[in-house]
Amino acid sequence: MTVNMTKGQAISLQKSDGGSLTSVRMGLGWQAAPRRGLFGSRTREIDLDASAVLFADKQPVDVVFFRHLVSDDGSVRHTGDNLVGGVGQGGDDEAILVDLQRVPVHIDQIVFTVNSFTGQTFQEVQNAFCRLVDETNGQELARYTLAGGGAFTAQIMAKVHRAGQGWSMTAIGTPANGRTFQDLMPAILPVL
Amino acid sequence: MTAELTRGQNHPLPRARLEIRVSAGTPVVAGATLGDENGTIHGDERVAHPGAPTLPGLEVSRQAAADHRLAVDLDAVSDEVHRVSVLLALPVGGRGPARFGAVAAPFVAVTGLDGDEVASYTITGLEAESAVVALELYRRQGAWKVRAVGQGYAGGLAELLADQKLPQAHQLAASIHEAVASGLARSIPAPPAAAPAHRPDHGTAPQAGPGAPVPPASPYDPQGASAPGPQTPGAPGRHGAPQPYPGGPGEPAATGQPSASASAGGGPIDYSHPRRQTTAPPSPPPAAPPAEPGQPARPVAGDATGWSMEERLYNQVWGMFEDLARTTAAYRSAVDFADSRMEKELDQALSDPRSRIGGQGDAAREAARERHGRLVSQAREVLDRDVAQLVAEAEVVDPALPTAFARWDNPVWHAYRVPMEIPMALRLGDLHLPEADRIRIPMLIRLPLERGLWIDSGRSASLDGSFADSHEMRRLGLETAVAHAARLLAIYPAGEFTVHVIDPAGSGAQALAPLVQSGVLAAPPAQGAAGTADVLARLTQRVDLVQMALRGGAPDALPPGLDTSQQLLIVNDFPHGFDDRAVNQLRYLADEGPAVGVHLMMVADREESAGFGPLLDPLWRSLLRLTPVADDHLADPWVGHAWTYEPSLVPPGSQVLQQVLSQVAAARRSWGR
Repeated sequence: MTVNMTKGQAISLQKSDGGSLTSVRMGLGWQAAPRRGLFGSRTREIDLDASAVLFADKQPVDVVFFRHLVSDDGSVRHTGDNLVGGVGQGGDDEAILVDLQRVPVHIDQIVFTVNSFTGQTFQEVQNAFCRLVDETNGQELARYTLAGGGAFTAQIMAKVHRAGQGWSMTAIGTPANGRTFQDLMPAILPVL
Repeated sequence: MTAELTRGQNHPLPRARLEIRVSAGTPVVAGATLGDENGTIHGDERVAHPGAPTLPGLEVSRQAAADHRLAVDLDAVSDEVHRVSVLLALPVGGRGPARFGAVAAPFVAVTGLDGDEVASYTITGLEAESAVVALELYRRQGAWKVRAVGQGYAGGLAELLADQKLPQAHQLAASIHEAVASGLARSIPAPPAAAPAHRPDHGTAPQAGPGAPVPPASPYDPQGASAPGPQTPGAPGRHGAPQPYPGGPGEPAATGQPSASASAGGGPIDYSHPRRQTTAPPSPPPAAPPAEPGQPARPVAGDATGWSMEERLYNQVWGMFEDLARTTAAYRSAVDFADSRMEKELDQALSDPRSRIGGQGDAAREAARERHGRLVSQAREVLDRDVAQLVAEAEVVDPALPTAFARWDNPVWHAYRVPMEIPMALRLGDLHLPEADRIRIPMLIRLPLERGLWIDSGRSASLDGSFADSHEMRRLGLETAVAHAARLLAIYPAGEFTVHVIDPAGSGAQALAPLVQSGVLAAPPAQGAAGTADVLARLTQRVDLVQMALRGGAPDALPPGLDTSQQLLIVNDFPHGFDDRAVNQLRYLADEGPAVGVHLMMVADREESAGFGPLLDPLWRSLLRLTPVADDHLADPWVGHAWTYEPSLVPPGSQVLQQVLSQVAAARRSWGR
């Protein structure tokens, strides 16, 4: 598994000029399964899902995933479920936007996960990646190549957590197995 | 998508109305013949030529020219015609070339009326021929196709026509040439600027000068035909229309020319609908002035997306609604979390035996309380910050609201004019949350109404116990209903909203007075069982008729006297005066009415109609419940907070309702209803 950011490495999301990062995006992209000729619509689609779990003091408080697209407080937004993937050329097929300034005061960690809803392991998915982007300037903070990443169906990608007055991010990159974020909870708790 | 045909190839034709464009480097005669399934032409009247340019479904130009447009409508061609042959011939007796071998290969294209090329064909390989069948449009199994023919005749038109078994081929050919010759004599000198009108790859540019024919002045060429008089050299339109034939090699300017010549011919053509303005891009929303560093941007009214200011304000109000809902959700969840954490920590402190000795326990409890207080005050700070921003936004948005969105105490009502258009939404009242008491969100619902309204005059509706008197509640309920109905009447254009009232016992006369006295009602409030039955029967019949007309796809077939405006039925004192039949009719109206413009507004206490049993439950569920006093029964669609609703009422002592209603009544009278 290619980890452009070392596992466990922490990045402070403070900007160099002292202002803190205000908004991050977690992007997930993968290549759609190839068409199979005549009955092409019966292709076994690949559906990867991005989720964000909001924790307050190690307790899950809210979750943003394809069935709950906006956290109750409106600070975390999922741009919508993509069921089939994209062209595999590096664009985000699903994205979760976090407005860090609006995150409620008691939320201290946000964990981003990726799951394969249709059950293909990352070995079977072409050109899959997930990344964290600083929305204010489009700079990529972390990037993981999922494709060829072994016989896993999920990955706990990274967490964004409060540090002092601002936020910082820690890359996790722990592989796991599960269909939705619920299956991942046992794997998430140790990394908090 | 152009199919470039070679000789013998065919291509399906997607539509019946077509244009055939001919481009030859030299003046040619263009014509068409209508043949039966064997290709036989039955008589002269089946040939379109410059002497007889129009046949049913076919039109050719009157003159010889280097460029032609032939109009074809295959639907208008008679049934026995199976082939339409497009032919070209060189004019005889002129100074022009006598054989196609001496000129550039003619180019023909079949295009749609919009100029899309369907198929094109360059007739190559011609030598001594002076007439050629260029294309053939033919029926094949009910559909039309085009075939590239390119059959030349050294004997000219006469031989060509004779080959199609025309009896008097020679006479007709002679008369065609005669018509062309006279046309040439009539025609005016081509301007010297004619050269760019012709395809350079077709070589021989025609000789400019007297006697040279001009490009076609066909009857369907709007610029050329209507002005046969002398034209100034280079006059656009003469050459502009027929010249461009993209598809040929080596003609880089071709695609650029149509627009250039079109604009020179009388300004660019405006394709927009003369009366439809909505497709124009909306004016940009008002931009917020740049914010001071470190300060949130100053809010501006209409700072949202939308095609009109009204839509922007509507979206902005909904945006404020959502923001308040979410920021309050953040606050509530933070406080809940702080509470549960403190409880847990206090429990721990209590259950820990060590903490019972000395001051350790007290210190732990104190620490837990302090952590709680700190988190709550942080959350409160964030909430206050957000609410302050929303309050500032509301302060600029409120005065900008149009009448349909504005409170009755808004000055915009004093400048009220009967509108010309139906607004997109209606303000039913205000919404607020206990945490943010300073801000009131307008409750806007879209028009036309999708659900009926139920003004609950039940005793349980009140938040505080002060309105326990059921008589008082009924009065307030009807007053609320009157305020809503008056607003609906005021925001619809004159004559597009009609209000009926059922007041069986006449108990609402005082509250209904503004509506009755101003004369905006269709009829005086219906009283008694008979009056109730009559109003219900009329509205039921209207729903039936409109439904039938819509389902039958014949909305024009409605009887002429039918009032097509939106109807609102206010029912006071339900179920007083209602028998089983009337109740069923009411339920029918509630179910079927909104789709065809009949709406209900019930002023009722659900308890009083309990005698009907569960029969009425679907009715109550289908109505939007509102209260005459503040009540927290409405939930927002995002996080489901219970919002406190306050009806939009006329301030006590204000005459604004009477003023507005008298204007509405005057407008209705002048409208003739």
